[in-house]
Amino acid sequence: MIRITIDDIETQVEEGTTILNAARKIGGKIVPPALCYYSSLKGSGGKCRACLVKVEQASARDPRPMPKLVASCCTPAQDGMVVRNITSPEVLEARRGVVELLLINHPLDCPICDQAGECDLQNFAYEHGLEKTRYEFPRRTFDPIDIGPHIQLHMTRCILCYRCTLVADQLSNDRVHGILWRGEVSEISTYIQKAIDHEFSGNMIDVCPVGALTDKHFRFRNRVWFLIPMDAHRNCAKCCGKVVLWLRGKEIYRVTARKDEYGEVHEFICNECRWEHYNLNDWVVEGPRAFQPWSVINANKYHANTKELPHTLYSKLDNERWNEFEGVN
Amino acid sequence: MRRLLLLEKAHIEEIDRYDIYRREGGYTSVEKALKSMSPQEVVEEVKKSGLRGRGGAGFPTGLKWSFLDKKSGRPRYLVCNADESEPGTFKDRYLMEKLPHLLIEGLIVSSYALEANRAFIYVRGEFKWIIKILERAIEEARTAGWLGKNILGSGFDLDIVVHPGAGAYICGEETALLESLEGKRGLPRVKPPFPAVVGLYGMPTVVNNVETLAAVPWIVLNGGDAYASIGIGKSTGTKLISACGNIKKPGVYEVELGLSVEEFLYSDEWCGGMEGEYGLKAIVPGGSSVPILPAHLALKTASGQPRLLSYESMADGGFETGSMLGSGGFIVYDEAQCIVRNTYNFARFYHHESCGQCSPCREGTGWLERLLHKIEEGHGTLHDIDLLWDVQKKIEGNTICPLGDAAAWPVASALRHFRQEFEAHVHQPQQCLFRRRASFVFANASVEIA
Amino acid sequence: MLAVRRGKKVEFSPEVLEQAQQIIRRYPEGQQKSALIPLLHLAQEQFGGYLSVEAMDYIAELLHLKPIEVYEVATFYSMFHLKPVGRYVLEVCHTGPCEIKGAEWLIQTLKKKLGIQEGETTADGLFTLRRVECLAACGYAPMLQCGERYYEFLDTEEKVDALLEQLRQNAIT
Repeated sequence: MIRITIDDIETQVEEGTTILNAARKIGGKIVPPALCYYSSLKGSGGKCRACLVKVEQASARDPRPMPKLVASCCTPAQDGMVVRNITSPEVLEARRGVVELLLINHPLDCPICDQAGECDLQNFAYEHGLEKTRYEFPRRTFDPIDIGPHIQLHMTRCILCYRCTLVADQLSNDRVHGILWRGEVSEISTYIQKAIDHEFSGNMIDVCPVGALTDKHFRFRNRVWFLIPMDAHRNCAKCCGKVVLWLRGKEIYRVTARKDEYGEVHEFICNECRWEHYNLNDWVVEGPRAFQPWSVINANKYHANTKELPHTLYSKLDNERWNEFEGVN
Repeated sequence: MRRLLLLEKAHIEEIDRYDIYRREGGYTSVEKALKSMSPQEVVEEVKKSGLRGRGGAGFPTGLKWSFLDKKSGRPRYLVCNADESEPGTFKDRYLMEKLPHLLIEGLIVSSYALEANRAFIYVRGEFKWIIKILERAIEEARTAGWLGKNILGSGFDLDIVVHPGAGAYICGEETALLESLEGKRGLPRVKPPFPAVVGLYGMPTVVNNVETLAAVPWIVLNGGDAYASIGIGKSTGTKLISACGNIKKPGVYEVELGLSVEEFLYSDEWCGGMEGEYGLKAIVPGGSSVPILPAHLALKTASGQPRLLSYESMADGGFETGSMLGSGGFIVYDEAQCIVRNTYNFARFYHHESCGQCSPCREGTGWLERLLHKIEEGHGTLHDIDLLWDVQKKIEGNTICPLGDAAAWPVASALRHFRQEFEAHVHQPQQCLFRRRASFVFANASVEIA
Repeated sequence: MLAVRRGKKVEFSPEVLEQAQQIIRRYPEGQQKSALIPLLHLAQEQFGGYLSVEAMDYIAELLHLKPIEVYEVATFYSMFHLKPVGRYVLEVCHTGPCEIKGAEWLIQTLKKKLGIQEGETTADGLFTLRRVECLAACGYAPMLQCGERYYEFLDTEEKVDALLEQLRQNAIT
């Protein structure tokens, strides 16, 4: 076991644990946000830069600070490491930059996006973003594409976290979609018209941090915060059968896998459980979902099991600088 | 005084052919190393020489070699980075065209030092004729017994493969290069682990620039101490400088590190001075990624010392008043050039070359380009200039690989040293000398945003 | 935008196939994916100067890769053309050092002489004009790449005319 201190809180973790997972062990406000890292997907992380932290002391043996901010999701903790997350103005400043850059090409169509209320980017922007955009150029746009009978792709909303390609690699042996092109115009695509249709493809929707991949059976039917999530299960030959039913009255609006407090699924479910059992009688209902990830919207909805809203992290930062840009249209 | 370690034989006719190269004393370092030195002894000589990576970062080569994991017994690889794509840099191309056998000789000796039995040369795909030159040279060397099994009866085996890239600046970054060599998209890897531990095919790997490897034979033959006695301070040996821009004699020059910028720029032996009627305005001394220096800081440091072509002198003053030696891409601008235009041009380059993997670089480089385009075309405001500064700050240091920094630095340094020119583009864009001189081009050209 | 699979299969001739196998053998056992970029170059050369979906599917088959792995790589690198191009692709470098020596002039001149815009191909199918980023010829600007060669110091109309004439002659012979 090694000792690591994050925002003045010390904890002990197994060797090889990343800073992010050490922070998750401590829990609460000091956990860095993560838009691309996903603990159950091998090879994820490092890309979105939302989880950058400052390493004040690399280890007990080498007490020098690391020269740059590091991605906490893929930097292993060292014995005696001292890390600053929300207690470092530099980190908050960088994070503010990351969210601003992620949003310059984002359509900001939350009012008509099914992901609203459970969107990592929405939460991230709420905590770390500016109130108005400073970007005045045309945004990158793509037409929505149906990729198969169940899923629609809105590339405009995508933040290129690569999670959906990892799901396809990990849960099927025939990946047909990937990241095409380069740089700013990179996109998720099949290149040729082809449905993504393997037995576990629906999990791509669950791992998507934003509204880029949406469930065609659920689109526009309801807002997630009007639904009651219930844990339920059934005997399934293909998967664990453990799901969350999203109910309004007795009607199942959608079925998803179970997400933990960081929005991660650890037991993926098959497409049959997700899309072929909309009858409540098919399920053994266990009770209300014991755990809800925190979100901007449900923070006011599910009193019992949600975390409190974080304090405004930026109170200590110089806000005047940002007001200088009032003049920019 | 001009001292040539790399290009000494470059003028000899047909030196790219094996027979001529051998006749002129080629491959003797291989004989010396394989017959009378242990691999560790070669590493020690390179350490002693103080040779630093010539690709841009200037990291000590011997130290990099000593990080290579030899203990685990897994196969090791040496990869030569010949993906020369940094704007302003065209030295490796010259070296490979003229002296392909020098690179191969360097690869053999270095592979022996690293106990690697397979080496790759990753050449940018556009250099199609160089790939042919290298492949022919490798064939000649193999026929002559310098490659293959049990070279010179030493028990050491080596094969060299030339691998073409396909047009991606990012593949000059060593981990992106390895990804590309594995047949994937050139996305830089998250480090650690470093290639010395987990590199090509997951095996311990050293990636060295062409010029770095070409310097090794001389070191092996003459000793690390002899090499270290050339140059100045920690900048030992010689460096290829590719000079371009508004100078009389653009080209590739080998200089002893420590030569003054003033002499290099104005002496007839090198650049031969400015090409036309205009005086010196600025220099980008180490390839497009490094900070631009205005004339007075290019020739003298802030403390009044002559600015030298060395790692330390170039960096003197940090980013406030200094720059970096980088890859040795020496771009000279005369008074008629527009810094705003040039900064826009570089920003467009980085936008085009961003791999798109991490968000600050993917989104930020495009924003930089668009802001600079707006200012350059005369539609900018003073707020845009402040915003430009702010956006580059958001990218710098926050990305997976140094491309983000490389995109931010030219913008930051141009704003630092030439802010008045940006402001002039806001107030009186029509006064820009470059635009006026180039009006016949710009009048009917819509410069597209890629 | 999605590409279309036309269903016309393509394959290398036996000689070229042997060349491809040789390339694959250069890489260590089990690492045949390394041959992907060299084989895409070969395919582009063999199948009309660009990579159709069929050509990429064929390379995927040769290397036992999923087609998407090939599409991912082919779309990343700027040397691969995914749409048909002219016989000679004139790729003018327009990065910093070339620009200050007249890259824009060269592009405008070529546009005028060929009667096409950037990215377009002449009606006779001979020339495609593109602008590209740094080709490592900064000291020899303005310049362009065409096929396996660099053409440097193209700073007068006469030199541009001579180049175009030479290429037209090559096309005939």
